[in-house]
Amino acid sequence: MTTNDQVEHEEEVTRRNFLYVASGVVGAVGVTSTVWPLVDQMNPSADVLALASVEVDLSSIPAGQTIKILWRGKPVFIRHRTADEIATAVADNTSDLKDPENDQLRAERPEWLIMVGVCTHLGCVPLDQRGDFNGWFCPCHGSHYDISGRIRKGPAPRNLEVPKYAFLNDTTVSIG
Amino acid sequence: MGSSGYEPKNKAVKWFEDQLPILGLIHGTLGAGYKAPRNLNYWWNFGSLAGFMLVVQIITGIILVMHYTPHVDMAFRAVEHIMRDVNYGWLLRYTHSNGASMFFVIVYIHILRGMYFGSYKSPREVLWFLGLVIYLLMMATGFMGYVLPWGQMSFWGATVITNLFGAFDFYDGMGESILHLLWGGFSVDNPTLQRFFSLHYLLPFVIVGVVILHIWALHLPGSNNPLGIDAKGPGDKIPFHPYYVAKDAFGLSFFIVIFAVFIFYLPNIMGHPDNYIEANPMVTPSHIVPEWYYLPFYTILKAVPDKLLGVVAMFGSILIFFVLPWLDGSKIRSAKFRPTTAFFFWLFLANTIFLGYLGTKLPDEIMINMGGGIDALTLGRISSVFYFAYFIVIVPMVSRFETTKPVPTSIAQAVLDAKKGA
Repeated sequence: MTTNDQVEHEEEVTRRNFLYVASGVVGAVGVTSTVWPLVDQMNPSADVLALASVEVDLSSIPAGQTIKILWRGKPVFIRHRTADEIATAVADNTSDLKDPENDQLRAERPEWLIMVGVCTHLGCVPLDQRGDFNGWFCPCHGSHYDISGRIRKGPAPRNLEVPKYAFLNDTTVSIG
Repeated sequence: MGSSGYEPKNKAVKWFEDQLPILGLIHGTLGAGYKAPRNLNYWWNFGSLAGFMLVVQIITGIILVMHYTPHVDMAFRAVEHIMRDVNYGWLLRYTHSNGASMFFVIVYIHILRGMYFGSYKSPREVLWFLGLVIYLLMMATGFMGYVLPWGQMSFWGATVITNLFGAFDFYDGMGESILHLLWGGFSVDNPTLQRFFSLHYLLPFVIVGVVILHIWALHLPGSNNPLGIDAKGPGDKIPFHPYYVAKDAFGLSFFIVIFAVFIFYLPNIMGHPDNYIEANPMVTPSHIVPEWYYLPFYTILKAVPDKLLGVVAMFGSILIFFVLPWLDGSKIRSAKFRPTTAFFFWLFLANTIFLGYLGTKLPDEIMINMGGGIDALTLGRISSVFYFAYFIVIVPMVSRFETTKPVPTSIAQAVLDAKKGA
C-alpha cells in the first residue's frame, strides 16, 4: 500500500509541475501578445509610411546652389556641385575622416549631392556653405561637415545620411 | 501616515471614521497627530510648497486642456487663442508656464536642503529615492509640456532631446528604431505631439502617487531637522498642526507674492522668444537652449565629445544622486557639524549654477579673455569634471576623514543652549 501511495504521489507532482509550467508559458505568451500591440502602436503608422517618396525637378538648380525639400518630415539637401567642389571632395577621400567614406559612393552622379539635412548628432538642420570645410555647419553643437557631407569636426558621430534615390531622367530624381 | 490619537467627537463623523479611517489618516499625516521636530527652520517649508505647486499645475493644466488642441496644424494657434481670446486665458497659461519654473526652483531648494542637512542618510534612503523619482518624472513632464505650444523651441528642443535616445545604437539600426518608436514617424511630427500631450496629462497624477509614497516614507522615521540628530523625547517634538501648518502658511503667502511678480510683471523671462514662432522643421533656430532647469545637464552633454558617452554622462549626472547615501560615509547627518562638507557643498552649488550659465552659451564662445582665450566648451569640461569629482572623490573622502564639531545630545538641549547664549 505504501509504495502504491508513493507512486501516486509522485505522479501527482509531475502532472502538477507540467500544468504549472504549461500555464506559465501560455500566460507569458498571452501577456506578450497583448502588450505588443500596446507598444507597436507607437511605431510609424500606415499613412506615415505611405508618404515614402518624392520626385524633384533638378533643372532649375544652378551649379553652386543647394535646395532644401521636405521628405518624411525631414529636410533633404540637393546640391549642384561645381567642378572645384567635386575635386575637393574626391581629394579629401584620403584625409583623416571620422566616418571614412569615398565621395564616389556618396554621390551617384558627382555633380548632384543628395543627403538628409539632419545633423547626425542630435538632429538639427546644418547650415549651408559654412564651417571650417566650406560644407555644412550645425549651429546647435558645432559639427562641421565637408562638401561631401562627411563629418570632419565636432560631436556628430556619422556623415550626413544619403537617402535612397534614383534618377528617373537627367533632370528628375525620385527620393525614397 | 498613522491615525494616532484621532477621536472624533461628532457621532456621525465617528460612524464614518469607523468604516473609513481617512480623517485619522489626514490627522496623523498633516494634522496635530504628526509630531515634528521642534527646530525645523524655513528650509523645511519647501516640501509643502512643492505640494502646493503640484496642485496649481494640475488645476491650471486641466483648464488649459479645455481650450487646447494637440495637433501640429492647430496647437500653436490654440495657445494664441488661449492668450488672446479665452477669458483670463493669459493668466492661466502664464501661471502654468511660470508655475513649472517655480516648481523646479522649489524642488531644487528642497533637494539641496536634503543634501546640506543629510536628510538622504539612514534611515531615509527610500524617502530620498522617491524624491528623486518625483524629480525625474517632473523633468519628463516639464519637457513634454514645453513641446505642446509647438513653437520653434518646442520643436527643436523635442528633436534634440528625443535624438539623445538614438545614441543607444548598439547594433546597426537600433538607434533609428528607438527614434521611430518614440516619434511615431521619421521625425518629430504630429504623432509625437499627440503622445506627448497624452503623457503630459498622465504623469502629474503619477507624481501625485509617488508624493503619497514620499510622505508615507517620511512619516515612518519622521522629519529630519537642522541638527540632523534623532528627535527622541516628547520635548524634542511639537504637533504639525497648528505649529508647522502656520509656519508653512506664512512661507506660502511669501512665496505667492514672488510667484505673482513673475506672472504679472515678468511672464516671459523664463521663456525663449523663438517659441513665439511656429515650429518649422526646415529651419533650426541659430541657438537651441532648453528650459533653464535642464541647463547644467545640457552643459555636461555638450562637454563630452562622444555622442553616447555624452548622453551617459548627462543621465549619470542625475542618477548619481541615487547612490549619494552610500557615497557619504559620515556618522553625522547635518553639515552644521561638518565644516569641510559644508564648504564643498557650497562649492558644488556654485559650480552647478555655473554649469547652468554655460548651458546658455555657444561652445566656441570666448568666456575669459586670457592668452588665446578660454571658450565655454573648455570651462564646461572643467566644471563637469568637478561635478562628478564632488560625488566620486570629495564626498566619500571628506565624509570619512574630516574632523567634525561636537553634536548636541538632544534637540531640546540645543534649543535651550541657544536661548542661554542669546
